[in-house]
Amino acid sequence: MQQKVSLFVPCFVDQLLPEVAVDTVKVLRRVGYAVEFPEDQTCCGQPAFNTGYWDEARPCAEHFVRVFKHADVVVCPSGSCATMVRTFYADLLTTSSLREDAVAVASRTFELSEFLVKVAAVTQVGATFPHAVTYHASCHGLRELHLRDEPLQLLRQVDGLKLIEMARSEECCGFGGTFAAKFADISAAMGDSKAESVAATGAEFVTAIDPSCLLHLQGILGKRHVAARTIHLASILAQESVAQERP
Amino acid sequence: MSTTAAQRFLQDAAVKSADLVHRELIRRGMESYDAAHLKGRARIKDWEAARQKCQEIKREAINHLDRYLLQFEEKVVSRGGHVFWAANGEEACTYVKDLATRLGVRTVVKSKSMVTEEIHLSPALEKVGIKVWETDFGEFIVQLRDEPPYHIVTPAMHLNRGQIAKLFREKLDPEIDSDDPAYLMAAARRKLRQAFFAAEMGISGANFLVADTGVIAISTNEGNGRLCTSIPRIHVVVTGIEKVIPRLEDLAVLWPVLATSGTGQGITTYSTLIGGPRRPGEVDGPEEFHVVLVDNGRSQLLADAEQREVLHCIRCGACLNICPVFRHVGGHTYGTTYPGPIGSVLTPHLAGIKEFKHLSYASSLCGACSSVCPVKIDLHHHLLQNRRNATEAGATKSSERLMFRAWRSAMLHPRIYALGGWSMRRALRMIYGLGLAGSIFDPMRVWNRHRSPVPLPSQSFRARWRKGLGTN
Repeated sequence: MQQKVSLFVPCFVDQLLPEVAVDTVKVLRRVGYAVEFPEDQTCCGQPAFNTGYWDEARPCAEHFVRVFKHADVVVCPSGSCATMVRTFYADLLTTSSLREDAVAVASRTFELSEFLVKVAAVTQVGATFPHAVTYHASCHGLRELHLRDEPLQLLRQVDGLKLIEMARSEECCGFGGTFAAKFADISAAMGDSKAESVAATGAEFVTAIDPSCLLHLQGILGKRHVAARTIHLASILAQESVAQERP
Repeated sequence: MSTTAAQRFLQDAAVKSADLVHRELIRRGMESYDAAHLKGRARIKDWEAARQKCQEIKREAINHLDRYLLQFEEKVVSRGGHVFWAANGEEACTYVKDLATRLGVRTVVKSKSMVTEEIHLSPALEKVGIKVWETDFGEFIVQLRDEPPYHIVTPAMHLNRGQIAKLFREKLDPEIDSDDPAYLMAAARRKLRQAFFAAEMGISGANFLVADTGVIAISTNEGNGRLCTSIPRIHVVVTGIEKVIPRLEDLAVLWPVLATSGTGQGITTYSTLIGGPRRPGEVDGPEEFHVVLVDNGRSQLLADAEQREVLHCIRCGACLNICPVFRHVGGHTYGTTYPGPIGSVLTPHLAGIKEFKHLSYASSLCGACSSVCPVKIDLHHHLLQNRRNATEAGATKSSERLMFRAWRSAMLHPRIYALGGWSMRRALRMIYGLGLAGSIFDPMRVWNRHRSPVPLPSQSFRARWRKGLGTN
């Protein structure tokens, strides 16, 4: 029987970057999984949690746990949102009646590259992307989920892809959720430094496992007229042949 | 109307983060630190094991602070030293001031100490007419500029040698005609040499207080620390209570780890142990030896089980160096004694959550700080706890509070959430269609100030899922 994965689509991906989730579905199906999307899902609660509103974040987390309680495995195309569930739900829901369910769901929740490499044991997903690409190591994936090499393993197997390392690839891009609004100037300055590192590689695309970093970075690159464009890892992995439409 | 610490931070951050000369200077400084740090870590066979060991030592010390401090005190007193327990900065300053006045001190030489910055000791002494000389080169420079240290380890890293030469010409000697670092060092040394011999009192901090032997451990690179603690007839150590460690042998790992994290050195040039005043038959050393143990909010932090480990900090500066926020706003913008991640975690505990909560928000929570901390303090998670504490204390804006309540209601109802998202995209498309991006009508104007607008697809993912994508 075909194995089933439940897709957790972060709220801002659902609303602003649906292509990332569509591409995630494509990749998961191509490597042999049946994908389901529980339509009652909303947000994992991270915006409130990170801003200090744990009382507001808690019911959202409980809602998430209820929605995904029966899922065998939950896959999310965002290291940050996967981190919220994996790393922080246990703390946030310490006194909740759903704590045990939360811990169980957390242990079955994976970021996409993590799921492919560590759970499905796949690095060759049959993708073709004949472009120069540089990789930004998104913070939550890197330091909370310890995904340093998994996304790179996948990228190295993509046909035609030329991977160029950027300087300070592990330095934060400056997004940081509400930080980007509360401290817009600092966030933008950090984005500038990242954009500079990207531009210096001469790559056509900058990729990452976190759509939030890319949303911010695309805005910075766009405002500064840097030619490089952002593309989520899932969207690279979803490309099947050169003849297909460019992302 | 007087500005708050948060407003000043925002203003200064806006200026500094846009200052490209500053950005480049700090980047270059930090890049040479990065290279040294990397090389330094490679010298230690198992860096992670060393961090683990340091964490364990500090945890043991902090969890038994009462016992180790008393043990330390007993040893110091048995060798003729004095120990004063200061509940706060004021008590500490008064003790040193009274001591200096009583013993006729007119000149003080100081070795580098962040605790004395924290309690504002120098201004307190100067107020009663005592001349205070900072003798660490970086501290000497910022003292001449009448500004606080920029960084807890490298206080003058924001200045280039041209600026330092100009400063020396104005403040030390109009004849200074070169910006050669060795030449400038020599000029400072000539001046300080006179101070060392004139001073009746030397004040130092301590990197560690060793409980089982009752000695203080000081790590320096310029030798000024040894001059401060051996030439003047009185030596006063001003230090935080969290600096105590159980055993002398603990230094075998703490010293190299501190040096590696601080500057990338295997060990600092001068690693000094001091145990008390000059004893009969000894040819040098101070006649009087005083240790001022400063609490100043630390016991309260000790009572906070969730954040107690913040007291493990050995003030190496590694979290400042790696912090992308520090790298872009610089040390002075924080407006606190301790800048960077450790300062953002610690300051609300020492100086109040209401006034300093903004620092816990001024982080992208990237976690780089926690990844380098040599005593493994979970810094960025403590920032999250501070944010929660601020919210629980009612210290956040009521408009924000209301917004998150509304947000919660939407997120608990998938249909309202979907409708809300759809309406928001429609509204933004209309606003941008009218060319009003960035205007007062644009709810995303803060975002759009520095970035091009976000994409606004006509369909959400869930809509596409329902329209056929859902078929496996």
